[in-house]
Amino acid sequence: MIYLDNSATTKPFPEVVDSFVTVATKYFGNPSSLHELGMKAEQLLTQSREQIAKSLGVKPSEIIFTSGGTEANNFAIKGVALTYRHRGNHIITTAIEHPSITEPCRQLEELGFDVSYLSVDKTGRVNIDELVKTIRDDTILVSIMHVNNEIGSIQPIEEIGQLLTQYPKILFHVDHVQGIGKVPLQFHKAHIDLCTMSAHKFHGLRGAGILYVRDGVRLSPLLAGGGQEMQRRSGTENVAAIVAMAKALRMSLEKYRERIAYLWDVKKTWIRELQAIPDIQVNTPLEHSAPHIINFSLNGLKSEVFVHELAKQDIFVSTTSACSSKKKAPSKTLLAMGADQKRAESAVRVSLSFENTLEEIPIAIRAMKEAIQKLQEVTR
Amino acid sequence: MERIYLDHAATSPTHRDVVERMVPFMTEVFGNPSSIHFFGRQSRQAIDEARAVVANSIGAKETEIIFTSGGTEADNFALAGTAMANRNKGNHIITTSIEHHAVLHTCHYLERQGFDVTYLPVDEQGNVSLDDVKAALRDETILVSIMFGNNEVGVLQPIKAIGELVKDHQAYFHTDAVQAYGLVPIDVNDYHIDLLSVSAHKINGPKGVGFLYARETVKLSPRLYGGEQERKRRAGTENVAGIVGLAKAVEIAQQTMSEKQMMYRELKETMLSVFDESGISYFVNGNQNACLPHILNVAFPGTNVESMLVNLDLAGIAASSGSACTAGSVDPSHVLVAMLGKESERIRSSIRFSFGLGNTVEQVKKAAYETVQIVRRLTNR
Ligand SMILES: Cc1ncc(COP(=O)(O)O)c(C=O)c1O
Ligand SMILES: Cc1ncc(COP(=O)(O)O)c(C=O)c1O
Repeated sequence: MIYLDNSATTKPFPEVVDSFVTVATKYFGNPSSLHELGMKAEQLLTQSREQIAKSLGVKPSEIIFTSGGTEANNFAIKGVALTYRHRGNHIITTAIEHPSITEPCRQLEELGFDVSYLSVDKTGRVNIDELVKTIRDDTILVSIMHVNNEIGSIQPIEEIGQLLTQYPKILFHVDHVQGIGKVPLQFHKAHIDLCTMSAHKFHGLRGAGILYVRDGVRLSPLLAGGGQEMQRRSGTENVAAIVAMAKALRMSLEKYRERIAYLWDVKKTWIRELQAIPDIQVNTPLEHSAPHIINFSLNGLKSEVFVHELAKQDIFVSTTSACSSKKKAPSKTLLAMGADQKRAESAVRVSLSFENTLEEIPIAIRAMKEAIQKLQEVTR
Repeated sequence: MERIYLDHAATSPTHRDVVERMVPFMTEVFGNPSSIHFFGRQSRQAIDEARAVVANSIGAKETEIIFTSGGTEADNFALAGTAMANRNKGNHIITTSIEHHAVLHTCHYLERQGFDVTYLPVDEQGNVSLDDVKAALRDETILVSIMFGNNEVGVLQPIKAIGELVKDHQAYFHTDAVQAYGLVPIDVNDYHIDLLSVSAHKINGPKGVGFLYARETVKLSPRLYGGEQERKRRAGTENVAGIVGLAKAVEIAQQTMSEKQMMYRELKETMLSVFDESGISYFVNGNQNACLPHILNVAFPGTNVESMLVNLDLAGIAASSGSACTAGSVDPSHVLVAMLGKESERIRSSIRFSFGLGNTVEQVKKAAYETVQIVRRLTNR
């Protein structure tokens, strides 16, 4: 089996699953309970928070656990908008965000907010000058993803954060779901106020995510109730998944240190091999792109059929992002990059983890060539 | 020292079979259910099966089940989701003063958004009056939210009668069944329930997962926007292992329901008979004729909650002051205050014991004896 769909979800590390099982069975207490078992759970939660904060170079009080990336993004966007409404009602984001950013933005538009969507260039990057021109007196939030989930382009987060320091009334949110563990990001250096991460994208479990909220930033809660997470996110904490997430993050960062050079080798080899196939157009640029995402188009061939053909050989890739792969829509990111309809409709994504190898490439490439040939015969 | 866990209403141990069922969905079938390849389809199928199990347990249709991150999200979703989507029909909501904070705090939020919320009182026994519900209903009422069984005192509300009452009104009927589900048979059609919240970790399932039942006809605006999961009603990559774990817990709960009802009633009686024999003075809070079998809330006059809990914990007994979800605070319980008034001595001397998986008569006897000792020590008798 060759699993090349790590941007949709990753396989949890075995150690992570072990942690989950231990906590779920042995330390099942409710962290809010005052007795021993509750305090043990609370301790595990505190340790996880401290460990994660340390890995990210932030304070434990700045880490809020959520049920995942979607909740963290909704929380950040709507929490800021509703809390800081008195300052203004303008929000800036980009044309290539994940739906868990764009959909809450649409919701806010219905509530009377004004949202600007920055364009991207051919390589999928925003333009700082355009950002400067878009900023207004009533802008309260800029939300820009670090690594794009469809094509892997990296935004100049540090530069943007630096720029935004001139606008003290604007908060800066970054969707770091695809970047964490793959493309380093220093929260302080980049002047980030809020940052989203999701465990299942770095070999943790689904059902746990993180919203970093810089001290001093207020947020109206998305979930009201028992007042967990320092009154900011109610609901009994998913302790086992959170402990597992702390472990997954530590292990992912270790793997990064050990294997990032190798992952780059793998990616470069992939791009070289794909470029050698006549019917393939590689969409992911080598410059300013993440080490784990390679997007290409099939010159109008049906990408869905291609994905199924490969799956027959136990090779797993995806059309665009998992969240929208059920509807056969063209890739929003590719369209924003200026690709034509045909190219945007026949996109395929290969997404890697540190577990993928160079040895897999020739096998997968051969299968891809065969699949293309088969598709061409059918369409002819 | 043998530790005796009598705090199952706060959270319950994850059943071994549940964990066993979950692990393969982390290690083997780990795909994203939205992915169109094999891994994705396998995960999708697992979710579909889980949805069928869950729907079946309350007589609902599969399309009426929305998986959430737990009871709190289900409650927030039910209240804010219907309020926002039905604003054109009215702005009045009816609930009770003894709801869980997941409901109450959402109501406070909705008040700030311009909704008018009626908080019905309860009597000394913790009962909501049907007449009060009737009297509170107005033309512009859009939602009635009344919990099935209370988490602190266990009192069951007349859900079926309320359902009958609300069914011909435009208002939807929501019930927080987080504590009752799995111990009381529930059929949403019989009871005329439009929305119902459940949390897995209260029924020996995993934390971080639950569901909201929303009748087909209910207009509900999402709280989490993004991908198209859960038929566009709740975005976010599905927690497949959690959902599968929830379904397993549901299966176990359905199979063992009557056995558990009997067992927990016996445990309750065991505890009370030890108290009776000892001669200590105590009061049971809440109507015992309509009560969840696993919750026993007892006032010990002359003691105070903090020292009781500390001493019980030292003796290896895990109990609580009421709701664990009040995040570690031992503020007087809003439920007891609603029942007994702010001045009642009982609100500062009441302990909740709640029974569940693994508890035995011997354990409960032992815990009761220890409790008696502690009460005697604290009251100098
Ligand atoms: C860039 C990006 N943001 C947010 C999300 C949503 O995260 P989750 O799946 O944890 O809800 C995803 C993944 O689906 C993503 O790729
Ligand atoms: C009656 C009731 N409703 C809602 C909740 C909240 O559920 P969860 O802990 O899954 O967020 C609880 C438990 O804490 C509860 O007892």
